[in-house]
Amino acid sequence: MRKLIILFILGLAAAHLLLPFAPLAEARTSDPELMQLLLVELRLPRTLLVVGYGATLGISGAALQAIFANPLASPDISGASSGAALGAVLGGYWLGLTQPMALAACGATGALAAMALLIMLAGRRADTATLLLAGLAISLAAGAATSLALALAPSPFAFYDAFDWLMGSVVDRSLPQALAALIPAALACLMLLRRARALDLVALGEDVAASLGHRPRRLGLEIILLSAIAVGACVAVAGAIGFVGLVAPVLARRLTRGHPGQAMVPAALIGAILLTLADLAVRAIALDRPIPIGVVTALFGTPLFLHLIVTMRRGVAS
Amino acid sequence: MTAMFASNLAIPDRLLATDLNVAAGEMVALVGPNGGGKTSLLRAIARVEQATGQVSIDGENIAALSEARRARLLAFLPASRDVAWPIPARDVIALGLGARNDQRIDELVELFELTGLAERRVDRLSTGERTRVLLARALASSPRLLLLDEPLSNLEPYWVLRLIEILRASADLGGMVLVALHDLSRLEAFDRALLIANGSVVRDAFPATLMASPQFEEIFRIRAKHGNWTLRR
Repeated sequence: MRKLIILFILGLAAAHLLLPFAPLAEARTSDPELMQLLLVELRLPRTLLVVGYGATLGISGAALQAIFANPLASPDISGASSGAALGAVLGGYWLGLTQPMALAACGATGALAAMALLIMLAGRRADTATLLLAGLAISLAAGAATSLALALAPSPFAFYDAFDWLMGSVVDRSLPQALAALIPAALACLMLLRRARALDLVALGEDVAASLGHRPRRLGLEIILLSAIAVGACVAVAGAIGFVGLVAPVLARRLTRGHPGQAMVPAALIGAILLTLADLAVRAIALDRPIPIGVVTALFGTPLFLHLIVTMRRGVAS
Repeated sequence: MTAMFASNLAIPDRLLATDLNVAAGEMVALVGPNGGGKTSLLRAIARVEQATGQVSIDGENIAALSEARRARLLAFLPASRDVAWPIPARDVIALGLGARNDQRIDELVELFELTGLAERRVDRLSTGERTRVLLARALASSPRLLLLDEPLSNLEPYWVLRLIEILRASADLGGMVLVALHDLSRLEAFDRALLIANGSVVRDAFPATLMASPQFEEIFRIRAKHGNWTLRR
């Protein structure tokens, strides 16, 4: 089953890399080097980003849901994504940073600040309503601060420049940019995956996990730090993409009989599939200019989110 | 034959520095008024994060051990029976085992008569049913020391008696059982009783001796009379 899913993702990634095929074939007939350029410089970063960012959202969403013991905790709902966007805007337009790695670090810092604020406002074992309200407040505040930072930015074109990126976009990113997002994200995700067993045990209560030698409080801080690094780096490069980090873990837990920690691996696979499909949809809808991928995920994600809220209200948590 | 040594156990604002030794095969009840420190003592032995002090079982300091080794030495059933996720009962029991062992899980499902419930989501079971599932989880690794917080509450009479039988069987095999107990009517099923109040062990005695003691009457503000409890005025 797992092999099949991985094969499916590879196929999907290959399709993402090669479609539409016509320009590639055309380039090949005129100049083979041009085709290589097209593939490696233009298309490969985009494919890497959608697969990697999707997987990152899946893993960090699953880890956050596990440690908050709440199926609505996720990078976007918790305000981490908006915080990362603010961090990257401040770094890029106010500190004048251009190095992709430096911007990724700003994104991670912003995400971390938002999560710290969330813990201060709501606490780590907050009920759903408190978590949603605190996350919403942080998202709104960070969004407003981002707009303000752009409006007052030294560069008069900041707002226009940043529009696509803010809505989440993987178009026209360079390979160094993609790697600046994905290398820290991959390292943080690997460290999150090592905590799967501890997260499963925390489902039985923090004291049970502690009795077996885990340290739930430290675990909580580690999860928050690692997911902020992973998501923050991706947001700095490709913008805030919503709903994937919320929906992928919910679907993944149906494959792991409800185990929240074990759900991280399938959540990564599902997240990668969802974001790749979303970007294929962006390409398939041929408009004058590409719609931001974040708009597509929001379009499909909102109904699922509403479904989740309604089922939770009926007392059927998933 | 002391098998568990605990020294200097303390939790800020909850439990004063406490030493405790338990022998292999011993069933110990912790009794005392609400908020007196029964749960805190169990949690301190289970090494929750705020707890200081040392616990060694069979000569091994548990702070230094891996999860797998700890699971063989002790298991803890907290007072809360909540499970945060819709995990099937059978899988919850499996969380008590480091490695997959279907045969052991089948044994526990049978022992706690959970056959019809094993595939049901644990969050949808009644509190008493969930208590049995969580007890099966705690017993899964056959730990040397069982720390159980109010295991008898929410259980129907059959299961109260049956659980005491199961715990006695585990003690007869050399295990140690530490149980925080509210229902004093089952106290005489234990070998030893600790009276805990104001964050420390006030008295350590045979259950019958404890119940006849003036401290017992004073702290609980009740009196045992012809097998009944009456208020002490």
